[in-house]
Amino acid sequence: MNDDSVLRSRRDGDRLVLTALGPWTAVHAHNLEPVIEAQTTNSQPVRAVDIDLSQVKPLDTFGAWLIERLARAFSARGAETRIVGLPEDYRGIVDEVHGANLKPAPVPVETSRILVTLDTIGSALVSVSNGAVLILRMLGAVSKALGRAILHPTKFRWTAMVVHMERVGWHAVPIMLLVTFLIGCILAQQGIFHFRKFGADIFVIDMVGILVLREVGVLIVSVMVAGRSGSAYTAELGSMKMREEIDALRTMGFDPTEVLILPRIVALVISVPLLTFLGSMSALYGGGLVAWLYGGIDPDVFLSRLRESISMETFLVGIIKAPVMAFIIGIVASVQGLQVKGSAESLGAHTTSSVVISIFLVIVLDGFFAIFFASIGI
Amino acid sequence: MSMLQPAREVVLSTRDVVVAFGEKVILDHLNLDVYRGEVLGFVGGSGAGKSVLMRTIIGLLPKRQGKIEVFGVDLDAATEEELVAVEQRWGILFQQGALFSSLNVLQNVQFPIREYLNVSERLMDEIAVAKLEMVGLSPDVREKYPSELSGGMIKRVALARALALDPELVFLDEPTSGLDPIGAGDFDELIRTLQRTLGLTVYMVTHDLDSLHAICDRIAVLAGGKVILEGPMSAMLASEHPWLKAYFRGKRARMAMTAEG
Repeated sequence: MNDDSVLRSRRDGDRLVLTALGPWTAVHAHNLEPVIEAQTTNSQPVRAVDIDLSQVKPLDTFGAWLIERLARAFSARGAETRIVGLPEDYRGIVDEVHGANLKPAPVPVETSRILVTLDTIGSALVSVSNGAVLILRMLGAVSKALGRAILHPTKFRWTAMVVHMERVGWHAVPIMLLVTFLIGCILAQQGIFHFRKFGADIFVIDMVGILVLREVGVLIVSVMVAGRSGSAYTAELGSMKMREEIDALRTMGFDPTEVLILPRIVALVISVPLLTFLGSMSALYGGGLVAWLYGGIDPDVFLSRLRESISMETFLVGIIKAPVMAFIIGIVASVQGLQVKGSAESLGAHTTSSVVISIFLVIVLDGFFAIFFASIGI
Repeated sequence: MSMLQPAREVVLSTRDVVVAFGEKVILDHLNLDVYRGEVLGFVGGSGAGKSVLMRTIIGLLPKRQGKIEVFGVDLDAATEEELVAVEQRWGILFQQGALFSSLNVLQNVQFPIREYLNVSERLMDEIAVAKLEMVGLSPDVREKYPSELSGGMIKRVALARALALDPELVFLDEPTSGLDPIGAGDFDELIRTLQRTLGLTVYMVTHDLDSLHAICDRIAVLAGGKVILEGPMSAMLASEHPWLKAYFRGKRARMAMTAEG
């Protein structure tokens, strides 16, 4: 990089004359900056500096700022600095940057590593407890809205609820049937493969029946619903929050919980048990099919064995969990949706949290249910 | 059209541009020239296609036929590199600002500089702060995110970002919409000042009669998919076209003029 091609320097007694040449614009800034840098770090004593701009063409903010930076550096060293030969066209821009950047940039505060680590741990804990409080608060708000809806059924948004049931329930049927069917097939296949070694193939039917009805049906459906509908709820509520639609509702005297959240949660609470039922049936069907085609167990045998191994209780234990799971998914999705701040990134982060937290809670709850049913002996 | 001075350089020209959505023809063989160093105000009724033309020029909408040249480069025939070069020479202010919501003010202004120019972090900071100061913002807003800014500040930051690479041509889509009259007046003045200091060519889609009076050198009127009249304010006021009469000599227009004195 030849410095002389953009900035020629000449000594005139104790006066330094710098002549800028050629284009001083944005696209050349990466070449100009080192030249300016070299001039400002050059420590030769200098009494006065003339910066000659008569041969610059064109000049834009980038160039003008670099000139300004040069001038300020010399002034700071006590040299008398002048800008000479400034073409009239560029006077405006040179004057403009002369007043720029006078305030020093804020210096980031140095903090120790340990403090940062402690701070991270602390704020993570606080955010977990805040999350729990928010979920409790949402539970309260939804219960209140639900109570009001029971007292005044005409006030409840039936249309919205039906629309949401169509979206989270009816439209989810094909994918739920397919996924649970495949899970049923896999369970049966694995069971037969391993049980056959000690001649216990027939117990596959017990295993598939109990596992599907008690645990797998509701778990798979809940996880799917959390991913499919919980995320949609969060994204919808979040973007409404971003566009101030929720504030608008509030100022018109509506309670967003009543208008937006309750119908969504009720729709989930009704749809998820139905989906769980359909899913469990589909999984049993898949299990039966594999038992027949892969394990050589006739459908009649499968059905009669199934009748013996499961009871109404088995089915109820599974299905009773479904509305609870739906409720918690809905609550988490709504909490996260209302937490969205202005940016697109925040919407993404909260949608992610919504899905992760609801799946986590679904599994934790399932564990509690298992302990509960075990202790009451079902 | 008789106002044209033959020697002026055309920075943007559209020839026979046709844009249609399905059966609906929005722009019908439209011709328009923008000259270096002028502020062109582009007006027309709501839904007449003002924004459509701007979006077509900047390449966001496809056109059925016609030719668009910016800085003498035919945008259809241009190579990838030529297009990028043109894009570095224009800046666009979108109506809602279109700031990146996950970047703060400083990062928003630095974004094009960071992507296109290979300059030091320090210079990027200094230039971005200088641009913020140019658009009349205090550098204290540098750490703020777009969601924390008022409407007027968003427009100013968006203008600073549009000017980040020192473009020669700036497109402004309704720059004063959503601002209060004082804010709008300040913004007009800001555009005028910047246009003079930086030697910008400004293409401004607007509805604001005050802006048209205050800062536009030339006005082009879009109706029926064509530019029906272009010229200075005096030509607009002299026209007997019914829409122009209603627009420039209606009640609101008279108020704008009296306000100006």
